[in-house]
Amino acid sequence: MLYIKCPHCGLRSQNEFAYGGDASVKRPELNKEISDQEWDEFVYLRKSPRGKHLELWHHVSGCRQWIKVLRDTSTHEIFNTYKSEEKVG
Amino acid sequence: MQKYSFLSLIKNAFSAHKGWEVAWKDPTPKKEYDVVIIGGGGHGLATAYYLAKEHKITNIAIIEKGWIGGGNVGRNTTIIRSNYMHDENGLFYEKGMELWRSMSQDLNFNIMFSPRGIINLAHSDAQMNAYTRRGNSMRLNGIDAVLLNREEVKKKVPVLDFSDNVRFPIFGALMQPSAGTARHDAVAWGYARQADSMGVDIIQHCEVTGFDISNGKIQGIKTSRGDIKTKKVGLCVAGSTSILAEMLNMTLPIETHLLQACVSEPIKPILDHVVTFGAGHFYCSQSDKGEMVMGGDLDGYNSYAQRGNLPTLQHVLTEGIAMFPFLSKLNMLRTWGGIMDMSMDGSPIIDKTHIAGLYLNCGWCYGGFKATPASGFTFAHTIAQDKVHELNAGFRLDRFSTGHLIDEKGLGTKTWIS
Ligand SMILES: Cc1cc2nc3c(=O)[nH]c(=O)nc-3n(C[C@H](O)[C@H](O)[C@H](O)COP(=O)(O)OP(=O)(O)OC[C@H]3O[C@@H](n4cnc5c(N)ncnc54)[C@H](O)[C@@H]3O)c2cc1C
Ligand SMILES: [Zn+2]
Repeated sequence: MLYIKCPHCGLRSQNEFAYGGDASVKRPELNKEISDQEWDEFVYLRKSPRGKHLELWHHVSGCRQWIKVLRDTSTHEIFNTYKSEEKVG
Repeated sequence: MQKYSFLSLIKNAFSAHKGWEVAWKDPTPKKEYDVVIIGGGGHGLATAYYLAKEHKITNIAIIEKGWIGGGNVGRNTTIIRSNYMHDENGLFYEKGMELWRSMSQDLNFNIMFSPRGIINLAHSDAQMNAYTRRGNSMRLNGIDAVLLNREEVKKKVPVLDFSDNVRFPIFGALMQPSAGTARHDAVAWGYARQADSMGVDIIQHCEVTGFDISNGKIQGIKTSRGDIKTKKVGLCVAGSTSILAEMLNMTLPIETHLLQACVSEPIKPILDHVVTFGAGHFYCSQSDKGEMVMGGDLDGYNSYAQRGNLPTLQHVLTEGIAMFPFLSKLNMLRTWGGIMDMSMDGSPIIDKTHIAGLYLNCGWCYGGFKATPASGFTFAHTIAQDKVHELNAGFRLDRFSTGHLIDEKGLGTKTWIS
């Protein structure tokens, strides 16, 4: 069982969350010409690293906020969690 | 190569089975090969076998970081089928079915292919309609498909829950009678033994750590046991694809996720077919040893850990018990997991790349075992001829940017949901 510390609610079990994938992916900017290549990168291409991965989780059975989680994809260690608008650096 | 037969068994019995040859050797890597296959799973081994057999290329090395059969080829639940709707998948997997049927003879190794039929349960009129459509598409491609009504399912699988007050009443099912199972280890060993006998070097405990590329061409690979020169490299590393892609500066439409499976204690024969509960996330068959072999859903978040997490297992087995109430009385014998290369449309990639001499075989999701022979056959062709075979022409790497997806399940790019 993973335990995720929601920045709004505190430590909760993974059963309360839904996964949202890679949080480093950026949507192409609005109101500008977007190439097929850019759409491809945004919609389909993923680094899928072994090791540290910044990802989105939805606290769907809790406060219903989207949060960011920095987790290791091979040990499942969670290093830190962030509010969705928080800068990760 | 020593031929396995009833006669050779008797002969060796007289010498207390001390006269058997090793099935494959343990060579030290040479300085240079015509082709290097990375990954000694089912697909890598089958590719080397077909390169040697069909294209007469035998100066080949298979580079495996662990031992052959230690990856997903030895971790899957062995279901073999071709019940796909889209032409690209249907025709490819049906070629596979043809190769499965003759594999034991071709490899002189009993892979225990058991075409016991797969039954996909339906729980609503809408699902019956969808299965009718899928079945018709299959039949148009020459694949056997039968629609079963509730009574027919009950006759074939009486242990399902047919009582009145269930959440998912059984309306009927789609069945592919020629589908089935095979012994996964035997598939790896059978291909390895034949490939070795034709001159392929199977190099185990050797990890690929980098690539030598110049002028946009592959020149060689770097490994934990030294550098190897080659002009052609085939990548067959399944769940590790993204790690090697990073070494190549490539970003792929792939995410690595974990799938678990488990077996119960062995019991007397009770289930004759493979049964899937697709409206939930559960499937089941009974092994020759009597164990119930069960699986279901991904763990649901990117993972390179070859071990699973209990919430998913609990979810899968709860659904299993809803369909097969008797399962609740069994003890669990073993659970395990494997990491899988989930592609963004659920279909595989077998293609050339922008690097000359580098060929890509990945995106097998949780269905790559059944693909083993057809994947090896078409990937060998792609490598040897430097062009795709008509059967893998749809499995292009660039289909995501051109919009030619093969979206069999219509699930979109959330690989962890599928
Ligand atoms: C629990 C589970 C159930 C499944 N059930 C089914 C099923 O019922 N039916 C079905 O069709 N499919 C099923 N699958 C999927 C199927 O097992 C895989 O899609 C398929 O085995 C992948 O191809 P492979 O055999 O070549 O992979 P693998 O056997 O994983 O081979 C890849 C090899 O590459 C090696 N490798 C990785 N990195 C390196 C490196 N840097 N250097 C050298 N070698 C490296 C690995 O060690 C590994 O041996 C299941 C998978 C799992 C995990
Ligand atoms: Zn919360």
